[in-house]
Amino acid sequence: MRKLLLESLVRSPLTEPAPPAADAALGELGAALERAARRRLGRSLAIREVDAGSCNGCELEINALNNAFYDLERFGLRFVASPRHADILLVTGPVTKNMREALERTYRATPDPKWVVAVGDCAVDGGLFAGSYAVTGGVEAVVPVDLHVRGCPPSPTQILQGLLALLEPVKKLTRS
Amino acid sequence: MAALDDILNSGSPVQQAPWPRILVDETRWQEAAQQLAGGRLVLLGLWGERAAVHMALLDEERGQVAIVSIGAASGRFPSVAAVHPPALRLERAIQDLFGLEPEGLPDRRSWLDHGVWGVAAPLGRSGSSAPTGRYAFLPSEGESLHQIPVGPVHAGIIEPGHFRFTANGETVVRLEERLGYVHKGIESLMQGAELAHGAKLAGRVSGDSSVAYALGFARAAEAALGIEPPARAVWLRALMAELERLANHFGDIGAICNDAAFALMHAHCGVLRERVLRAADIAFGHRLMRDVILPGGLARDLGTEGISAIVALIAEARRRFPALVELYDGTASLQDRTVGTGILRPELAVQFGAGGYVGRASGRRFDARLKPGYPPYDRLRFAVPVRAEGDVNARVWIRIDEVEQSLYLVEQIVAGLPAGAVLSTARPAHASGEGASLSEGFRGDILVWLRLGEDGRIARCHLRDPSWFQWPLLEAAIEGNIVADFPLCNKSFNCSYSGHDL
Repeated sequence: MRKLLLESLVRSPLTEPAPPAADAALGELGAALERAARRRLGRSLAIREVDAGSCNGCELEINALNNAFYDLERFGLRFVASPRHADILLVTGPVTKNMREALERTYRATPDPKWVVAVGDCAVDGGLFAGSYAVTGGVEAVVPVDLHVRGCPPSPTQILQGLLALLEPVKKLTRS
Repeated sequence: MAALDDILNSGSPVQQAPWPRILVDETRWQEAAQQLAGGRLVLLGLWGERAAVHMALLDEERGQVAIVSIGAASGRFPSVAAVHPPALRLERAIQDLFGLEPEGLPDRRSWLDHGVWGVAAPLGRSGSSAPTGRYAFLPSEGESLHQIPVGPVHAGIIEPGHFRFTANGETVVRLEERLGYVHKGIESLMQGAELAHGAKLAGRVSGDSSVAYALGFARAAEAALGIEPPARAVWLRALMAELERLANHFGDIGAICNDAAFALMHAHCGVLRERVLRAADIAFGHRLMRDVILPGGLARDLGTEGISAIVALIAEARRRFPALVELYDGTASLQDRTVGTGILRPELAVQFGAGGYVGRASGRRFDARLKPGYPPYDRLRFAVPVRAEGDVNARVWIRIDEVEQSLYLVEQIVAGLPAGAVLSTARPAHASGEGASLSEGFRGDILVWLRLGEDGRIARCHLRDPSWFQWPLLEAAIEGNIVADFPLCNKSFNCSYSGHDL
């Protein structure tokens, strides 16, 4: 273990740096998000993820946000275990009828102000699963949604972009 | 062993590729159930139709598979679960989806149907009734017992399901799972769909097994249509399947250690997983390699850039992984959590026909790539690791050993990749028909059964996730462990909620 830890000390970090240039998507995104999030809620935004019937593809990519390449926490964004600690609900899946009540109760347990981000194509309108007897047809059918992040599944970068887009209007608002 | 032959000679055959399917009467059906109960055959799947029930049987020694079917026009069929418990949840699901009654079923509670669909028996006959009232969990009796309900929304970024623990102090006396929360009705969406649409749906049954499901669906469709994918497509499919296995195993090894509060492994394994996904993105245009495998071949070919990305990935994994294995093996505090925890007894793994690392960590040497087997694995060299301890540690080691094997397989595939087209242009031998396949995903064997109608559309498609035979075993493995070790045990099984709930 010592060797691995030592190596990590001398090796340059894997985390993709926030470059100064505007076209370096990931880093730029992170820095802007940090500014906007701090304005709105101080230093951090807490995210509670709710799988409402996803195939688990979205969960894989949301989990990836925590790996060394994306390192979500450096932006002040972190995943929390309870909706009572959350500012953002990140909801995936077409919202199955069997998950409807659980999603509603999670939403009610989240204190205001809160945002709901629907992640993945099937969270938008049911996607490929639309029309089934077992799904409600998207997150919007059950709780109010502030933003949709499309993709099947969206990549970690796209999800980060989505979180930024959610905060953009807030940033403008506080500036004006 | 002639168990399967006896059954095959006893009914009327129906056209089916690549395995025989025969129609049997009640007596023969029950005889087959007895063969399962006696351990002479393994249950591969049990699924319904409007007026029939099918059961896939495996003669493990010979790698032979057969499907037996029984008519259920009366609305009833003899329960297999009455003598063979692994069929229990499958029959409860048949009851929910088709309104057919398994006669003698020991547990009549609904399984996938939570009473909110607004329709009863959605794939079956009308006139059935949906479940009402509260779900009754199984009782536990004794002094000082308390219950802990967990879920369906869990604390982490994971899928939803409900776990009802009954504990005596810290020790779990009983765990009962309640699943079905992510039931999307995929089999109903399959009915009447075009093949291409069916392939997309199949690739979304369980996101972590996108490739394995698309592969299983394509192979079943090709068997039904009587077409052969080009050799290059067959090899590239195996390449994708091994990359998927690598990504998931890296992720799992890290996540299991993380559930034992050892974050260093999680961080390093997460890096390796991300590298696999990035290489997959370059090579096949999608991080999870979705919608690449089609009936008849592939939607896209692998270019030179993709090959270099994969070669670089393998080199990096070979450079980094051994140190992580050493770290896992040499950290006493971590071993303290994983060794001897969540033991699954070998008899249960055999009885349930548990596939993947769950079965192999408990002594069951079954791998669909070898038996019944499918190309190109007959041309490749690889070993199937097996351990006997059945604990969390053994399930970690099976994954570690399988990573080694998959790295080796990827190298062989890249070296031996045939040239040529990746999509067959041959006309199907028949427009309609039935086909089936058994494909090895990272989690275990995935069964796909498909019937195409005269119009070439899907008449019925059943997809059986390996988790059906692993979830019940988690209940057994956790017994006597402390509640705090449940996440560790659960992650070491890593069953699919979505694949199971469908």
